[in-house]
Amino acid sequence: MAVIEIKQVAKSFGSFTALHSVDLTIADQEFMVLLGASGCGKTTLLRIIAGLETPTTGEVWIGGRRVDHLPPRERGIAMVFQNYAVFPHLTVFENIAFGLRMKKVPQAEVDRRVKRTAELMHIEQLLKRYSGQLSGGQRQRVAVARALAMEPDVILMDEPLSNLDALLRLEMRAELKGVLAESKTTTIYVTHDQVEAMSLADRISVMNGGRIVQAANPVEVYRNPAARFVGSFIGNPPMNFLTAQPAGAGKWQVAGQVFDGPAAAAAEFAIRPEDLHPSESGLPAEVRVVEPLGPHTLVTASVAGQPFRAVLESTLTPRPGDMIHLAPVPDRIRWFDPATQSAL
Amino acid sequence: MPRMLPYLLLLPATAFLCLFFLYPFVQVAHDSVMRNAAYTLENFTRMAGHWKFSTAFWNTMLLAAVVVPIQLAMALTMASIVTKLQRGRSSILYIFAIPLGISDLAAGLIWLSVFEQSGFLNSLLVGLGVVDQPILLLGYQNTWVIFIAIVLAEVWRATAIMMVILVAGMGLIPKEYGEAADVFGASRWQKFRRVTLPMLKPSLQTALILRVILAFEVFAVVVALGGTQLPVLMSETYHWQFQMQERGVAAAFAMVILAVSVAFTILILRLLHVPKGARV
Repeated sequence: MAVIEIKQVAKSFGSFTALHSVDLTIADQEFMVLLGASGCGKTTLLRIIAGLETPTTGEVWIGGRRVDHLPPRERGIAMVFQNYAVFPHLTVFENIAFGLRMKKVPQAEVDRRVKRTAELMHIEQLLKRYSGQLSGGQRQRVAVARALAMEPDVILMDEPLSNLDALLRLEMRAELKGVLAESKTTTIYVTHDQVEAMSLADRISVMNGGRIVQAANPVEVYRNPAARFVGSFIGNPPMNFLTAQPAGAGKWQVAGQVFDGPAAAAAEFAIRPEDLHPSESGLPAEVRVVEPLGPHTLVTASVAGQPFRAVLESTLTPRPGDMIHLAPVPDRIRWFDPATQSAL
Repeated sequence: MPRMLPYLLLLPATAFLCLFFLYPFVQVAHDSVMRNAAYTLENFTRMAGHWKFSTAFWNTMLLAAVVVPIQLAMALTMASIVTKLQRGRSSILYIFAIPLGISDLAAGLIWLSVFEQSGFLNSLLVGLGVVDQPILLLGYQNTWVIFIAIVLAEVWRATAIMMVILVAGMGLIPKEYGEAADVFGASRWQKFRRVTLPMLKPSLQTALILRVILAFEVFAVVVALGGTQLPVLMSETYHWQFQMQERGVAAAFAMVILAVSVAFTILILRLLHVPKGARV
């Protein structure tokens, strides 16, 4: 049982503030993904939870115990590093056993656990090898097995798949999800890859500029971004944004069309590219680029002089220069406050 | 021709080494088995038969056996500390490295000025009233004091070279390995013992080989502090070459030093061997 509570954790490096007072609670056995672009503070937050970095202010609690003053080894955690950090001077067996050896676990138990986790990660035939004789994917498996062998309350993962090639990443992602769900640990997983985040997470914490912008389940983060940043960061292609003029009584004029919107002083209209379909009454868009991608066609256009993307049926093949009309699905329209950037 | 270029560029250095190293080496080897224009092992029997030989041999071994482990332990400690420093690292390295800039004879003389009868240590002891009058520390009655003085001077003089090599080696170990050790429960000592030391093997090899060979060649410090009270292999070589004018026996001594150095180099290479595939 390990609930992780992060209370007003802030971190500065000199004059640079990497984290601004972050609050986050991660439930027991939850798979939490910290998602954000590089430099957003996600790795710093993970390292603070691990104890590899000390917060400037704030508290970290794991399983009801305050740990921010404790060294990493007293926190009941295991970690998978971005570059795997599989010890080159030890065999795969000894790498997986490393944490158990430090705890002076009896040999029979070490054998049992190494065997079990190696089988789980499908590396039982590699136990006698050194890491220099392994491929990147195999090293990754060793790194995960080493963490699992600890049977920790919490597993921390720092971009564990980012050094693998695309195909391998896909395979490992599915495998990780299965293995971690079975191990019943609380997992915090750092990535900059939104697809990875969406596919793995119970909940995603989207981070930007040292703050958590939104922490919610993947569909919620995708459908109802709490801030403009979330919409623009998640989704490929990302959300479209158009300026809107108030037309009175909660109505807003967007590129000549009128939509029902929030009662606010100013608002920005937003719609996901796949929530558009061609319709005579839609937003007028001048087609710039057409990219047929097989299952659908990606159209880059310009609406009222603003860039705008639509994902359309692949049977539709407009040509550059065409004027088309794209109607948004009404209940998928989102509104953001241009001043605060948050959802309305 | 670009393919020949590397060899051409290496040629001057190779020629230089052949002329000034390989040739004299062959000459010395030759001298050691040559007596009265005939090949013989008499030089070696004369050397081994002399009463000072085994003393010199064991003194050299004992000095190396005491000095090198002390230096290794100190260099490892100092390198660990220096590696952890956030700032002021290079200044501290420079300070530690000062003794490296002093010749070994000068180092011996510095420590002589500490230990001799009118030296600093005696002045201090007299000043503190521990002794009534200066005592003869470096006399033949107590060669163990000479031994300790030599150990001190050697440690003072040549630890920094090991430390510099180890600092460079520690800098090459990626930080993530240490962090992984922290996360997976290693205490400081376990981290040092199970992660840093094994990954430092290549640098340890270099540092140890360098220091052990230099320890077998210890000479000026010994002569400055002990004169002839504490014979070592090098001082005997010098003695046979210049005082006894026995070139062949001196050459035999040189061959013994060479053999010991080669043997220990091979031993160190074997002991600190890193299997293929287990390298960083």
